[in-house]
Amino acid sequence: MSDRIFALVVQACAALVVAIMIWVLADVVIKGLAHISWEFIFTEPQNAGRSGGIAPILVSTLLILLVAIIVALPLGLAVAVWLSEFARQGSHSAQQIGITLDVLAGIPSIVYGLFGNAFFSLYLGLGFSILSGGLTLACMILPVFIRTCQSGLNAVNNDWRRGALALGMSRASATWHILLPAASPAIIAGIILGIGRATAETAALIFTSGYVDRMPESLLDSGRALSVHIYDLSMNITGGDGAAYASALVLISLIILLNTLAQTFFDRWFSKRISTI
Amino acid sequence: MIKIPIRHRFPNHLLDAIINIIFFVFAISCACLFLLILLFLIKETWPILAGNDVVSLPSLFKSDGWYPLEGLFGLNPMILASLAVTLGAIILALPIGVASALFIQFYSSPKVAMFYRVLLNLLTGIPSVVFGLWGLTELVPLIASYQPPGASLLAAILVLSLMITPTIALTSTAALSAVPTEIMLGAQALGLSKKTQLLSVVVPAAKAGIIGGTLLATARALGETMAVMMVAGNVVQNPSGLFEPVRVLTANIALEMAYAMEGHRASLFASGLLLTLIVWLLVYLAQRVQQTSIRGIRS
Repeated sequence: MSDRIFALVVQACAALVVAIMIWVLADVVIKGLAHISWEFIFTEPQNAGRSGGIAPILVSTLLILLVAIIVALPLGLAVAVWLSEFARQGSHSAQQIGITLDVLAGIPSIVYGLFGNAFFSLYLGLGFSILSGGLTLACMILPVFIRTCQSGLNAVNNDWRRGALALGMSRASATWHILLPAASPAIIAGIILGIGRATAETAALIFTSGYVDRMPESLLDSGRALSVHIYDLSMNITGGDGAAYASALVLISLIILLNTLAQTFFDRWFSKRISTI
Repeated sequence: MIKIPIRHRFPNHLLDAIINIIFFVFAISCACLFLLILLFLIKETWPILAGNDVVSLPSLFKSDGWYPLEGLFGLNPMILASLAVTLGAIILALPIGVASALFIQFYSSPKVAMFYRVLLNLLTGIPSVVFGLWGLTELVPLIASYQPPGASLLAAILVLSLMITPTIALTSTAALSAVPTEIMLGAQALGLSKKTQLLSVVVPAAKAGIIGGTLLATARALGETMAVMMVAGNVVQNPSGLFEPVRVLTANIALEMAYAMEGHRASLFASGLLLTLIVWLLVYLAQRVQQTSIRGIRS
């Protein structure tokens, strides 16, 4: 009897999570669809965002994301390769770097915002700009990206390494031609995770990339990210809820779209690598 | 049989040596990012730490309240609110998260389990500002219809627990799946009921992984800014009831950084420094717990 009650409780908990999840998503989709249109995506905001669209905000969001990915991707991959392939087994420095990365991954995004404001905006003099916002996000997604790629490389079967060794390949070319493509699912997962976190981020951007909702003319212009726009519309602007929901729907669709693009693009890139050895 | 790990038996290429050094420098600079963050937080907090300003370090924790215009920067109400919100969210999310993990591992067909996991992963990917928006327009009015003002400690706890449940569920699932089959077979052979098998044998065996995941979820809850700020009401006061509005540390930073100067700015950076130190401690504890669990499984 108690067995059956326990099973019911467990299933009820799972059902509760699913129900709330559907509630949140349905809420965003229904209220978002009511306000969204092509015009909303392609025009400038008017009346503090109550009417008009989100075109400049979308551009800023994508530029911030681009800066973050361009910085974090090669750097993160290099560090992951060093930690997994080049560092001596059980080396003290590799271990310490790994632990530090875990702490970095746990630091709240608002603290990255404080750091970005003090370092990129003020100390390096980049001001409130897309560049300092993107660099702050790069710092934020780097640790998680490195850890994901590293665990992917670690999981690659040693037979691949033996084969490379037998062919007399250098460690560098073995990594480039064989190990990275073999670890590609984890690397793609890391990229998707990074893109997701960077696109969703709000707190780290408020004091680094700023609030300005005009079309950015260069990377040194301030630009408002989509998530900051949602926050501003819902908290500070009465009557902005409709536009906020539409922006939320665009944000979630954007994350899904970017994930799909990253998946197909890097899948193709890695499969090309492995076939042209 | 093989003594030297395979990845260290590559011949000594010059290219490898060069790449090794370059990548090592990259790795070190990534680790130094942590030092840089600490350095800049401390630099901005320095007026307080050095004690040559109106604000002194002890006054942050014992003064009577947060009145920036009068030079009073007591963080206590915010610290208490952060703790209350985090604790509440963990109390709600831990049982639901562990139950979800048990559901995936023991109470569902592989197809349903796969679907549920995809759903949980999707839930972790939803931006916090979207949860905030949902909380603000759906949850807060619901609570307000029962007891105004609605934007309250309770709203913050509910939204936050929704955000960390998937984290706890997914880490617990990993911990449960790592429990050796012999332990489960032993429990079955003893003729224990399924409930007793799970609660008295399997969950305790996965305890370390579950605690580790919960500590990481705690760090996330403590650091969450947007969702909490949008539903908690943001009134600076000691949390006295579930329906009272509160302001947490992170929300305080986000709300006031835009116009904070000098001592005010320094005290905001001080709260950032405090958050970082707490997260450092939590991550350290999570690693300790997981290391002991690895040792436990090996022995």
